[in-house]
Amino acid sequence: MERMQHVIARARAAFNSGRSRSLEFRIQQLKALERMVKEKEKEILAALHADLHKSGPNAYNHEILGVLIELALAMEKLPSWAAPQHVKKDLITMRDEVFINFEPLGVVLIIGAWNYPFLLIMHPLVGAIAAGNAVVVKPSEVSENTAKLMADLLPQYLDRELYPVVTGGVPETTELLTQRFDHILYTGNSAVGKIVMAAAAKHLTPVTLELGGKSPCYIDKDCDLAVACRRITWGKYMNCGQTCIAPDYILCDPSIQSQVVENIKATLQEFYGEDVKSSADYERIINKRHFKRVMGLLEGQKIAHGGENDEASCFIAPTILTDVSPDSKVMEEEIFGPVLPIVTVKSVEEAIEFINRREKPLALYVFSNNKKLIRRVLSETSSGGMTANDVFMHSLVPNLPFGGVGNSGMGAYHGRYSFETFSHRRACVIKDLKMEVVNKLRYPPGSQEKVDL
Amino acid sequence: NPYAGLVSHLRASWLSGKTRPMEYRMAQLEALGRFLDEKKQEILEATDLDMGKPSFEAYFTEILLCKNELNVTLNNLCHWMKDEHVDKNLVTQLDSAFIRKEPYGVVLIIAPWNYPIHLFLVPLIGAIAAGNCVIIKPSEISKQTERLVAEMLSCYLDNDCFAVVTGGVQESTRLLENKFDYIFFTGSPSVGRIVMTAAAKHLTPVTLELGGKNPCYVSDTCDVPNVARRVVWGRFFNAGQTCIAPDYLLCSLEMQEKLMPALREAIVEFFGPNPQESPDFGRIVGDKQFQRVRKLLCSGRVAIGGQTDEAERYIAPTILADVQPSDPAMQEEIFGPILPIVVVANMDEAIDFINAGPRPLAIYAFSCDSKVVNQVLERTSSGGFCGNDTLMHVTLTSLPFGGIGNSGLGKYHGKFTFDTFSHHRGCLHRNMGLEALNAPRYPPYTQQKLGLLTATFEVKRRGTCTLL
Repeated sequence: MERMQHVIARARAAFNSGRSRSLEFRIQQLKALERMVKEKEKEILAALHADLHKSGPNAYNHEILGVLIELALAMEKLPSWAAPQHVKKDLITMRDEVFINFEPLGVVLIIGAWNYPFLLIMHPLVGAIAAGNAVVVKPSEVSENTAKLMADLLPQYLDRELYPVVTGGVPETTELLTQRFDHILYTGNSAVGKIVMAAAAKHLTPVTLELGGKSPCYIDKDCDLAVACRRITWGKYMNCGQTCIAPDYILCDPSIQSQVVENIKATLQEFYGEDVKSSADYERIINKRHFKRVMGLLEGQKIAHGGENDEASCFIAPTILTDVSPDSKVMEEEIFGPVLPIVTVKSVEEAIEFINRREKPLALYVFSNNKKLIRRVLSETSSGGMTANDVFMHSLVPNLPFGGVGNSGMGAYHGRYSFETFSHRRACVIKDLKMEVVNKLRYPPGSQEKVDL
Repeated sequence: NPYAGLVSHLRASWLSGKTRPMEYRMAQLEALGRFLDEKKQEILEATDLDMGKPSFEAYFTEILLCKNELNVTLNNLCHWMKDEHVDKNLVTQLDSAFIRKEPYGVVLIIAPWNYPIHLFLVPLIGAIAAGNCVIIKPSEISKQTERLVAEMLSCYLDNDCFAVVTGGVQESTRLLENKFDYIFFTGSPSVGRIVMTAAAKHLTPVTLELGGKNPCYVSDTCDVPNVARRVVWGRFFNAGQTCIAPDYLLCSLEMQEKLMPALREAIVEFFGPNPQESPDFGRIVGDKQFQRVRKLLCSGRVAIGGQTDEAERYIAPTILADVQPSDPAMQEEIFGPILPIVVVANMDEAIDFINAGPRPLAIYAFSCDSKVVNQVLERTSSGGFCGNDTLMHVTLTSLPFGGIGNSGLGKYHGKFTFDTFSHHRGCLHRNMGLEALNAPRYPPYTQQKLGLLTATFEVKRRGTCTLL
């Protein structure tokens, strides 16, 4: 614990030295990070395979590519993001310098999650470094191979004092949260999100909480079901369902329910072959605890497809449940597994009402050929983000903010939003010491003429 | 919970969707404008009774600045509400990618007593503009204004969507037990912590406009009379009860000597030989606050002023010289008409002194040498900064107003208020067709598919631009 305090104090001293402020330094660190990702690709992929059974191209696509894109964007845009922003002046400030300065916050903390263990640390780290901060990195202990790898690699490439990695479980994280940071970005679940925010409140530390929830997916009768189901299958079963923006459950008319099931089954065959368990592209549940949790959600449900499992290897087959009751356990918590419940609704009104009765989700999906219907669902619901006629893709547009609302989180990042999240926007006015005559209007003694002017 | 009923009533109104159309929001905002126009006299009288606020000041901060915010919002709301289309990458070229601004729902605004209309009204403007329902909790310390707001606001705004809750600490505590979709708090850091802790229970995002000790550095090369006037204006406005007032002065011994007569002259110019008789100098808001501020007079030596009158809660515009960092006046935010001067050897010592303390809401630096001003700006951190003047940076609606660290989190004014009370929802509308383009992303994963994917998703570095 003492070592942790020492590590944070050292990061603060390093920040106070001022060396992370220059753009040259920040870009040099980002370039080093890029080198790390490229040079240690094999090791990173091996760790991801060990933690989540992700195959090479899979892991590269979902974790490494995204990081390289973010790095390239940050290095490209940093000079324009960091430049002082001159703003509109009024009559009184016409001759003054009026601008917003983007400044680092200080020492920030990034707490990662286990489902995309590399991506969810690296992605915010890029923004935090770009903004000129010192960063304490706390990878999830649940994805232990990736955590260990990051603890080994980051100090080899980055400034050791400014960007320390802290490892450990709940006790270590609790201790970490008693320390003072200038911003905390946490990715994980809502329950722990509350704990993080309460700890941050003691130091008045701003937080970005990337949480989760049950992201609904409404399929309209008027849509190309084959295409819709392929896209949904891709998103739902990627990473064995362990994605914060996975379509959690489907809402559709009872008349198309069996077609939906058939289409998904066909797609699963296309993606993973006859024997899913032997497909190199199908992942595993992270650990036994989550395996048991997800299996528990199947109790009493109508399994239309899947259900096969093997505890020893934490394998759960892609599963579809039909005619699911809104009150069942599988509809209470975020599934975070390869189980797709279908809840039938008679109309889009019913779907909207269903969605609005629950906590605001991180993502919302709607499939329809009817643009008006899509616009309606968008206008009458709320969610962190949304994609129509596909899944996930809104999180891959670098210029869209990525974050939750309500129970699914607060704040946002990605691209420029990461830079702004980790920056302080300082309002600056620099006046002339002369031209005092203009100021005389505001000084006492007050008079009606002055007021009228 | 005594407020659960009110909160659910507002939530029901919110769910009905009536605050969403632009016309509705504009109508409510226009009603706020009428409130300011029609109740101007009542506002001036209430703030005068509450803290002897000079009517010139009250008009400027409680009416004029509020109307500016209102007009900026009314002029631009249509534009602010529009979906913001964003640049797309190669794979989303044919799609529609935009940010939708959405209201949060039912929000809570907690206001302090020092600018009792302004500090609830300006956030309220943004909250309404963003389409939310709002509960307003004015401060019980500015009693007359609290009563005015509680009685009169309901005559102007839709009572199904906007409500005023009155009361003290107990009532606020119970109010905070309810779930809100956003909380906007202006007040002290210690209460800010309580508000954020309560918000954490419901994962409610917050903006906290807090305070601290705003340093004011005066370099040796400056126009002494102008500095004196600008500092005196900023310090004694509202009898010092301003979150962004210059809290203390840092300067060399020589400058302290030079400034003293100029400060004295400025005080007389503004308030006359006996400020107690000037209609342009305020009073301390309450007995408790008066006692607290008066104790701070035992710091350094009283060079100007120092007179007090408990019956009137009057403390004269006071300058304290040769104040030590350990003196009472340097231990807490003064929030009164007392300006301590702490002597430093030079600019570097001033900067070190500033950086040794918690980050303030504002930092001021006075110098004819722009390099000095820029050095202070670059080597310190604060909510906002003003070179060669005081307070003015917050009167511009195009600048964000907020703190950092102990002085707060979040920001508002102008469009920033609208953005504060909006959820920015990232939206992508794709095509159902062109499914072939998606093929590279589907399993079975192959190296070849990966190559294709990389080509369509990646951001290429432009040329050989170097910064070094």
